[in-house]
Order: sequence, then C-alpha cells, then structure tokens
Amino acid sequence: MEARIETKTQPTVIEPLIYDLGAPGRRVSTLLTACDVPESSLPTELMRDDLDLPEVSEMDVMRHYVRLSSMNHAIDKGFYPLGSCTMKYNPKIDEDTARIPGFAMLHPLQDPYTTQGALGLMHQLQTWLAEIAGFEVCSLQPAAGAQGEFAGVLIMRAYHLDRGDTKRTRILIPNSAHGTNPATSSMAGLKVVEIPSNADGDVDLDALRQEVDDTVVGMMITVPSTLGVFDEHIEDIIQIVHDAGGLMYMDGANMNAMLGVAKPGELGFDVMHYNLHKTFSTPHGGGGPGSGPCAVNEKLVGFLPGPIVGIIEPAKGENDAPLYGWVMPPRSIGRLKAFHGNFGMHVRAYTYICLHGAEGLNAISRHAVLNANYLRVELADTYRVPYNRICGHEVVLEGHFPDAPGIHALDISKRLMDFGIHPPTNYFPLIVPEALLIEPTESESKETLDHFIAVMKTIAAEARANPDLLHSAPHVTPVGRVDEVLAAKQLVLCCRPLREWSATP
Amino acid sequence: MTYIPHTDADREAMLAKIGVDSLDRLFDTIPAEHRFPVLDVPRPMSEMEVRWELEALANANAAAHEFPMFLGAGAYNHYIPSIVNHILLRSEFYTAYTPYQPEMSQGTLQAIFEWQSMLSVLTGMDAANASHYDGATSLAEAVTMAIAQGRGKRHKVIVSPNVHPQYRAVARTYHQGTGTKFVGDKSGQATLEDLTDMLDEGTALFVVQYPNFFGQIEDFNGLARKVHDAGALLCIVVDPIALGLLKSPGELGADIVVGEGQSLGIPLSFGGPYLGFFATKNEFVRKIAGRIVGETVDARGCKAYVMTLRPREQDIRREKASSNICTNQGLMALAASIYLAVMGKHGLRRVAELCYHKAHYAAQRIADLPGYGVQMKLPFFKEFIVTCSRPVSEINAMLFEDHHIIGGYDLSKDYPDRAGQMLVAVTETNPRAEIDDFVRALSLVAM
Repeated sequence: MEARIETKTQPTVIEPLIYDLGAPGRRVSTLLTACDVPESSLPTELMRDDLDLPEVSEMDVMRHYVRLSSMNHAIDKGFYPLGSCTMKYNPKIDEDTARIPGFAMLHPLQDPYTTQGALGLMHQLQTWLAEIAGFEVCSLQPAAGAQGEFAGVLIMRAYHLDRGDTKRTRILIPNSAHGTNPATSSMAGLKVVEIPSNADGDVDLDALRQEVDDTVVGMMITVPSTLGVFDEHIEDIIQIVHDAGGLMYMDGANMNAMLGVAKPGELGFDVMHYNLHKTFSTPHGGGGPGSGPCAVNEKLVGFLPGPIVGIIEPAKGENDAPLYGWVMPPRSIGRLKAFHGNFGMHVRAYTYICLHGAEGLNAISRHAVLNANYLRVELADTYRVPYNRICGHEVVLEGHFPDAPGIHALDISKRLMDFGIHPPTNYFPLIVPEALLIEPTESESKETLDHFIAVMKTIAAEARANPDLLHSAPHVTPVGRVDEVLAAKQLVLCCRPLREWSATP
Repeated sequence: MTYIPHTDADREAMLAKIGVDSLDRLFDTIPAEHRFPVLDVPRPMSEMEVRWELEALANANAAAHEFPMFLGAGAYNHYIPSIVNHILLRSEFYTAYTPYQPEMSQGTLQAIFEWQSMLSVLTGMDAANASHYDGATSLAEAVTMAIAQGRGKRHKVIVSPNVHPQYRAVARTYHQGTGTKFVGDKSGQATLEDLTDMLDEGTALFVVQYPNFFGQIEDFNGLARKVHDAGALLCIVVDPIALGLLKSPGELGADIVVGEGQSLGIPLSFGGPYLGFFATKNEFVRKIAGRIVGETVDARGCKAYVMTLRPREQDIRREKASSNICTNQGLMALAASIYLAVMGKHGLRRVAELCYHKAHYAAQRIADLPGYGVQMKLPFFKEFIVTCSRPVSEINAMLFEDHHIIGGYDLSKDYPDRAGQMLVAVTETNPRAEIDDFVRALSLVAM
C-alpha cells in the first residue's frame, strides 16, 4: 500500500523523488572492486528477498542533489538572521582541516598511542573552551547543545545526590527560556518551575526569591537572555540561588555576545554548555551535526560525562609532548554517547580558534553586538521593540501593527523571503507577542544590514497598503506557502510501498 | 579582523546611530569587575599557518589511509563514493539550518524525506525520523518511547549483553533520572532464553542487536511473539550494511529499529559526527522523538515537504516534549541518503556480499593458525571473535609496531571473561593481500 498525499488535483512535482528517477536495472557499476577472495556460501535462509532502493546512475544522483541544493537558502547565499542560531560565516578552511585523512580515517577505538594528534587537539580544545568561559574542565562528548544541557542538568542533580541531599527535585527556568531547557529537565526527572520576567525582560527577582528554597537543584538561565538583553541583576540572581544551596547553569547558546566580554565562570556560574555550531562556526548542516561541550567549575569536575582527554604522562622535556589518553571522571554522570563526541566539529572549532586568537575572539562579540544594536535603533521607529535598550547580539521585535490587523509575524517572515532574506526566528521567546528574534552576527556588513532595514521598512508599509501581498507570500521561492495542517492530517512520511509482515514470527 | 567586514568608517557611523562613543560602551550592563577578561589563547594564525598546524596534528595519528585496519566494534572503514563529499560540500546544504521555513528549505526537507523513506524500506518499518546523534542515543530514545507506551506501568528494560557495551551504558545514563531498570546484561552470559524468561508485565522493552556486537547472527525465531505476549515492545539494533543482505528487522517482528548509520558514507572521523537512525511502526509514530518530515502541497498546488507532528518537539511541548533533541545530525543523514542512492539496490547488496566473503575468508584462515581459535558455529557478518593465546593488547602492540597493522578490538575491555578475545572486522576495503598479511602477522606474533 503506497502512501501518497491526497489532493483534489495531481500536485505539480518540482523535483522528482530519487526513487522516481532512474530505471529498473540501472546502476552505478564503477564503485567497488571485484571479490578477490574465495566466496563462501551465503546464508540464504537468513537473506531478504527484496531491497527497494533507487536504481539510478551517478549523474542522476548528482543532478538530483544539485537541483535540491538550489532550493535551499543558506548563509553562503544570503542574509540569515535566525535569532538564537548564530548563522555566521563558516570558514572554508574548517572544511579542509576536518577532512585531512589523518583525522577523517581515524578509528575512535584505536590504541591512544596511535591517536596522539587527535587526543592532543581535543585536550587543547577542552582547555581553551574552559578558559574562554572561566571554568575548570570541559567535556567535548555532548553532540549538540541539548545534549550539553542534559549533561549539565544531570551533573547538578548528581552533585546534590552525592552530598546526600535527596530533597532537591525542582529546577528554576525563566519563562523566556528555549524549549530545550524544560525538555532537558524533564528528561532528568526534575520538576520545572517557571520564573516570570519583569517588564524590562529581566528575571523577576521577587518571584525568584519566592520559589527558591532547599528543594531546588538550581537554575538554568541564558546570558544574554533569549530576549537579547543582558540581565541587570545577573549577580543578584546567582547570589539568591547559591544562598539557597542551588547551582547555576548557563545555557551558552548566546556566547556570541560574551567572548572576551565576560566569563560566565567568573560571574558565578557553576556549569555551562557551548554550541560549537553557533559561537565557533561549525556549520549548521541543515539540522546538525552540532557539538555541545559542557564546562564546569572545580567542585563539579568529577561529575563530567566521560571519558574525557587527560594527560597520562607529563612531557619529559621542553620539546616533548605529554602522553594523552582517556580519563573517566571519578563520579561521572556516565557516558552520553558512543565514542568521544563529534570530533569532526572539534577539529573545526579548534581551527576557528587558531585563526582568531584572543584578539579575533574579542572582535567577534563586539561586532555581533554592534550589528544587533544598529538594527535595533534603525528599526525601532517602524516596529515595536519591547526591550528598547542596549541589547546583546540579538534583538527581538514584535511583528504586528495596530493599524494593520490581520498581519502577523508569520506574514512578515514569508514576505522577507521574496527579498532573498531568511526570516528571523518566529514566535520565540514565547513571552513576546508575534516575536521576531533577529541575530545578524558579526559576519554581516553594514550594507547587508542597511538593505535588511530598508526591506523591513518596505514590508511594514506593504502591511498597511497591500496586506494581501504579505498574506500570499512568499511568491518567488521554489514553493509557495506550504500546508502544514494537511501534512499533519495525512501524515505521509515515506514514499515507498510498505510491506505488511504476516503475523508475528 | 578575520571574517569581520567592518571598516573604521562603518563602526563610526553605526556607533553614532546607536548613540555610544565606543564598542566597549555597549557592555556597560556587565558588572565592571568582570568586564573584558583576558582570554589566554594563542595569537591569531593565518590560514597558511593553521593548515600546517592541523596537518602536523593529523600526522601524529596512524589512520586507515596508511595502515590496514581490522578494527570495527561499532565504527567501520567502508568505502565512501567520491560523489558523497562533492554533494556534502555544496554550501547550500551545509550552511543552511533547521528547515523552520519550509519555503526556503525544500532541498533539505526533500532530502530528509528521501532518507526516511530509504531507511523505512531497509529496516522493514513504516516510518523513520530525521536522525539522532548516534546509534547509542537512538537506543536511549527507544527506551523513552517504550516507557511512554507503557503508560507509567512498565519500568523494566531487558537488554541482551550482546548489544554494544557503549550503547547499553548510554541508555543507562539517559535514564538515570527516570527510575527505569535495565536487566539482563550484568553478567555478560545470559542467553536469549535466559532473557525471555525475564519478561513480565513490568517489561517495557526487550533489546537485541542484529548482527550482535560480536558479528554473530542470532536466531530470533519466536522472539517477537514472546515479547509481544508479555505486552512489551521489541527493539532491534541493526547494522545497515548487513541489511543489504539479511532479512529486515521488520520481518523479524521488531517494533522499533535503531542503529548507527556511520557505515553509510560517513567517515570514521575518530568517533563523530555519526548518524543515529530510528524507525518504527505507524502505531508509534506520534511518540517518535526528534524531527520528522512529511509530504504536503503548497498554495500553488505543488508537492512540498515540511517538518510535521511538531507538537511532539521541545520548542512547542517544552517540558512535555518526547525528547529535548533539537539539532540532530542532518548533514550526516544527507550523506547516508546519497550513499544509498548511489549504491542503490545492487550496490548495497554487493557491499554486504564483499564484507561477508572477506570476513569469512579471514576467519577461516585465522582459524587454521595454531594458537588461534575462531568459533564459526553461529552465522556471522563482517565481524568475528578470534580467541588468542596471549592478551589482545600485546598482540595489537606487536601488530602495530612490527607490521604496521591496526588490529581488532580487545573484548576484555568490556567483558571481563573474554580475556584474550579479539573482535576482528573485515570490510570491502580490505584487499586479499592485506588480509593475508594480517594472517601472516598474527602467526608471527603468536610465538
């Protein structure tokens, strides 16, 4: 039974599915060697009788994916101000270094004697990431920000249990937080307590004081906040939670505003995670792979997920290198994924830090914050800016107008596409109505920003003069506005006829 | 400075508009005593210097492009067709992000939909998601799904000791806060019968691997019926290359199929980035974690693709989400799709056959060596256990120092009563001459 989307008329196909290209019997015959060993008899009773994969030529495949690629917007094509994602330029040298065969062809389970270059790289990256944020030790194992958060929350929980304190089962999270924060906390078996924000977009300190007690594991907070502003009272927040015996976790998604600006460890945070695919420009890949290293202060070092890279034998002399190897932290929360983390992203982040050095890293945050504030002041008389003060590396606007009812953030976003610009993050943070979260990053020039400002003003004018233009947008993209309701209703997740297996074997 | 395009004139003009007189003034909110710390990292390097530096680090490794490799245990040296990398390096794919705006992301979305389809076919399931971080975390998510399916009444997971040790460890790490009990793999000795004897009304999930961690193809006849009779779900961890030859886990009665997709066009890369895959039956689709892409139409009547069933995900359901996963392994799923497309129906079967024949050839030749044993009673694929007469670490050291060969995995690291047992992997990338050299080297180090 073949699953197919059902509509009144046959939908036009822009690019056929890979299965619909090719022909029966077509194959790519050039890839594999002939069998050079005596053949054993195959276990026919264990073998499948069908293998429904495409039958295409290499050129069919190449053209298909080239055409698919042309339907994507990407950083390398144009402005991509997706708030909280840090869509900065991805240096091409990073792609080269990650692919050096001495890295790409290295097996994770090889004896450490044979992988000292990789271990040395990871150890150095661990050290740099800890240093940049003011922490003691960093684990590179988490595969993405959400996994880094999970590590951090498990570490906080384990720390209290290790002290014999079993009362702490609640975790405090601002209502502006990214969805991964509460989702992560639930996965760790903790009860999420939401702390409201005040009119300035800062954590409501009175509400915080009310909720904080000795049943609290700690607090998760993003700096600068997801609203794009540096909380005026960050030290007070940390003090309040610490005084109650809780720990402070920093969601490092917004570190692009913090490099050389402040070290979370020095501010008083106990643990944080990085998003290498944001701050350190490892490419986003259409949805990953990312990397979410977790860094901790001295009292939490023993709990890190492992193994991590350690020095097994110190260097014998000045011109010698130490012997690196794997170390499991003594009270580790455990292994979070197989092997060692997304090493290919470690190589890219290492390359990025080498290119930038301290002065380059300092320049990143200063220019990211410069760009966001420039957009803020230039758009503030066209769009409502709920927190109109000096912001961090991103700024949130409201995508609606009192005199253009029926126009929503969604419509503005879709219309932006007609100008070759990827929309900002929509409807996040949840506490801002019709939120448009704009993060330009430091990569963008003043010309790009001025163009964006002009386009946003044009769209604001269109919202009043010609709202249908926004409602029917986008017009120039490969597909028009897609029907998300139909997708969920008909739920076609596979394009092949599916076997229905006979009664349970 | 590096990739920042601003000139002095730009900065001046922008600061004037903002109304501050220097970049530093943008950070007045940061407490003064913590503002502008020194970063103790080296001075910047040019691209040329960076290249030399990274090449020196890479040269300090002994990798599979220069050393014959017989090491597997969950990560494999398979041939990656050239076309894969050429497509992955198209920056329209790798510098895009999550397809939140489908109208600008049809390339990514259709590629994921095709991946989901190919994976469903391969595994014999109805639906698959966009990816997890790796095989181990896919298994952890399978446990989560089974617990949810059990509606809070089932907290036990029976897991075979023949499942990858790191996967079992990761599943436990993920569930340390949920009260889930993992049984069956403590001693390392439990047979399939021992494990099915543990089934009861508190069991949420039964987990086996196919082929198992040791490369053996266990007999799962009747297993699904026993698991389902107890009201539990069956999860099979599978190697995707094996599926070019063997019956799909769907045919064996699996409810959830997970595994590692690294073998499908993804380099070894010292352990990551890899590709967790997750496929299941229609009845469980609404409990899948992570991104799923569905087919739909657009306002112009064109076929289009979009992320669907979004209310399961963290950005919408928050603390009630099925998982916290956000960024997954999107580009690796693309790599695997390209691999499966270009290998196709005939090629994947051919890769599997080559692995089968070469592993069997190697196993037979090693079994014939004095001082070594290979148990060949159970059918096996791509990997097999060699019983050695000295510790595996010693053998591997000599293989490397004297013969420049990277030997198999020392099973005593994870299974205390498998001292002296080496897990050897042979793939289509090991020419006969290399296998013969390996056999000769083993015979020399046995003395």
